[in-house]
Amino acid sequence: MKRLLILTTALTTAAFAAQAQDLTVMSWGGAYGAAQTEAHVKPWAAATGNGAVMLDSDNPATPIKAMVEAGNVTIDVASVEYADAIRLCDEGLLEPIDMAMLPAGSDGTPAAEDFLPGAVTECAVSTDIWANVYAFDSTKYPADAAPTTAADFFDLAKFPGKRGLKKGAKAVLEFALMGDGVAPADVYATLSTPEGLDRAFAKLDSIKSEVVWWEAGAQPPQLLADGEVVMTTAYNGRIFNAAVGEGKPFQIVWDGQVYENEMYAVPKGAPNKEKAMEFIAYATSTEGLRAQAQQISYGPARKSAMLEELIYKDGKTVMAPNLPTAPANMANALESSFEFWVDKDAELNERFNAWLAAS
Amino acid sequence: MSEAAVLLTTSDGRPLKAALAAAQARAKRRAFWLVAPLLLFIVITFIIPIGQMLHRSVYHDGLSANAPLVGAWFATNPPGTAPDEAAYAALAEDFKAMKANKTAGIAGTRVNYTLPETRSLFTATARSADKLAPPYKEALLALDEKWGSPDVWEAMRSASSAYTADFYLISVDMERAADGSIQRVPENTRIYVYLFVKTFLLSGLITIACLVLAFPVAHLLAVLPMSKANLLMICVLLPFWTSLLVRTTSWIVVLQGQGIVNDVLVALGIISEDGRLAMMYNQTGTIIVMTHVLLPFMILPLYSVMKTIPPSYARAARSLGATSWTTFRRIYLPQTLPGIGAGALLVFILAVGYYITPALVGGADGQLISNFIDFHMDKSNWSLAAALSAMLLAGVLVLYWLYDRLIGIDNLKLG
Repeated sequence: MKRLLILTTALTTAAFAAQAQDLTVMSWGGAYGAAQTEAHVKPWAAATGNGAVMLDSDNPATPIKAMVEAGNVTIDVASVEYADAIRLCDEGLLEPIDMAMLPAGSDGTPAAEDFLPGAVTECAVSTDIWANVYAFDSTKYPADAAPTTAADFFDLAKFPGKRGLKKGAKAVLEFALMGDGVAPADVYATLSTPEGLDRAFAKLDSIKSEVVWWEAGAQPPQLLADGEVVMTTAYNGRIFNAAVGEGKPFQIVWDGQVYENEMYAVPKGAPNKEKAMEFIAYATSTEGLRAQAQQISYGPARKSAMLEELIYKDGKTVMAPNLPTAPANMANALESSFEFWVDKDAELNERFNAWLAAS
Repeated sequence: MSEAAVLLTTSDGRPLKAALAAAQARAKRRAFWLVAPLLLFIVITFIIPIGQMLHRSVYHDGLSANAPLVGAWFATNPPGTAPDEAAYAALAEDFKAMKANKTAGIAGTRVNYTLPETRSLFTATARSADKLAPPYKEALLALDEKWGSPDVWEAMRSASSAYTADFYLISVDMERAADGSIQRVPENTRIYVYLFVKTFLLSGLITIACLVLAFPVAHLLAVLPMSKANLLMICVLLPFWTSLLVRTTSWIVVLQGQGIVNDVLVALGIISEDGRLAMMYNQTGTIIVMTHVLLPFMILPLYSVMKTIPPSYARAARSLGATSWTTFRRIYLPQTLPGIGAGALLVFILAVGYYITPALVGGADGQLISNFIDFHMDKSNWSLAAALSAMLLAGVLVLYWLYDRLIGIDNLKLG
């Protein structure tokens, strides 16, 4: 009995020690985390023989500052939003990434020209372009009376029922302004003025009593499936996976979409820094980006990844019309402004919280 | 009888008093060494972290550590002095250092807590810091005219000291006015006082609801014969051992708009399809789910105390002519008071700090102060999170002291 106890303790310790060498990637969980596991984590682990682990989080950017300041960084690669990547890099919380280590595209184009403009920053490399859109259950509305514009989301008279909105100021304030008729080119200029902010909050006030607030990316498809809401904002890839992958009757409205780059970054002091860089080089190569784009409908960040047609993992759905960057979906689209959010994230979220808590 | 009292001694001649004191001291020392590991554990894992948290609530060196030259200028110039060329020169030097060390964000964030919209000023200035050349006052004013605003300089002055009461001010919805006096923040940003009051009221409500529901269950558990009591006990303990998240999310399925309860009520015709009850993602949801989750904490202490109450007292009261209600009110209830005290204290303190359930089912109006503490932790504003936590701790300690005065902490039995 005693020998058994000693043996098991020794083995468990060995297992823990081995785990310390595993590459740890933190992403958003749900369909997106699964897509990155299938497209990046597992193939890289198989190709290089290293262990790799995927962790889920509502927003991987939040634990990074805590970990770096505490000197106890446990993740090697994190998937963060563009504005968060810039802000964290500004504060010295991310390792700088050398553009030279990124491989050329499959057609030979050097990485610097192959990546879309702005896709590679000092401390982060883009994997995809995703969008905040809104979706509805198409069985609830006949085809000719379905919502089609951002303004329809805020129209409780024409489309009664509860709405789902992300709990936070980012992308919600822009969506409110676009729903109020502001053109995408004017949204950030308007939001920078007090009157513009009041206008955005007034628009949100008009539906506040009917809103169900979500925080995790997997919640909106669940809310729609439960029938809890008739329309909800969501990350477009999650709705696509529910609609095509699971056969749910969800329809995306691209009008008023707010799109942004998603980046891989390495927290400063990550335990497996070299492996993290290798992983990023692998995941953001043309093959890595195509592999992810075939799992979930986010636009790849390299031009060479779009040269050949992208087909979903079911073998028949063509991805191109479902990407945020498809020309048909860009009619009334807004690129999320990282300059605006890097500076204003804290104060606008304070005001948003006060607005939310006030009854 | 002699005048002097006979001094009692032990068998080896020592005075009894001294021998007793020595023996007791030995026993106390032995007890202390037995408890010492636990004491060390509590000091390391409990007192030190809480002390550090309380320290963080008054300490933030975002600006003071990264803009020392400006801090020095503030030290040598009294409040109200308009910034001169020396001040701007110090600022420019500090910004060059901040750009090199990538600390403009943290410095700007600290000043932003005191005066909103200043972080963007700091980060923008840091980006162009290398292009600043004397005369610095004109250079900085040309970069952004906010550098001429006295509000900004007052905010920097208050942020230039690492020790500050600003975070406590924020957590009671106050701010410093331009002349240094303290005033309430504008109406549309007042939340914390309202949240504190709501948290304590809601926790009180949940405690009372738990008490009302737990009392009959505990009484049944105490008086039923062993086999039935064991079955009932399993019904109480099994949910208690189930994961909290599983219980909370299953309540979402039960109470949501298209959930089981609403579907049954619509099927029975009690409510119409349009009149479905909103019991989820609001305050009602928070109350219901938290009551369910905290119920075992009320049942178990009550059960332990009720088990020790002999049934003979109640029987004696009935035989002396008391009605059921009088027996209950004057004989049974006072004997259960220690259990009620223990259960209520446990449930209330747990409810006040609860975060997961309001986060999942509370929606917008079921949020408690703990959700905001978590929000500020997420946004890396640890100082404000610490200040809010410290206020919550103070509130709970005040209530605990009140409880001690009214009921007495010694009248608390967990079994």
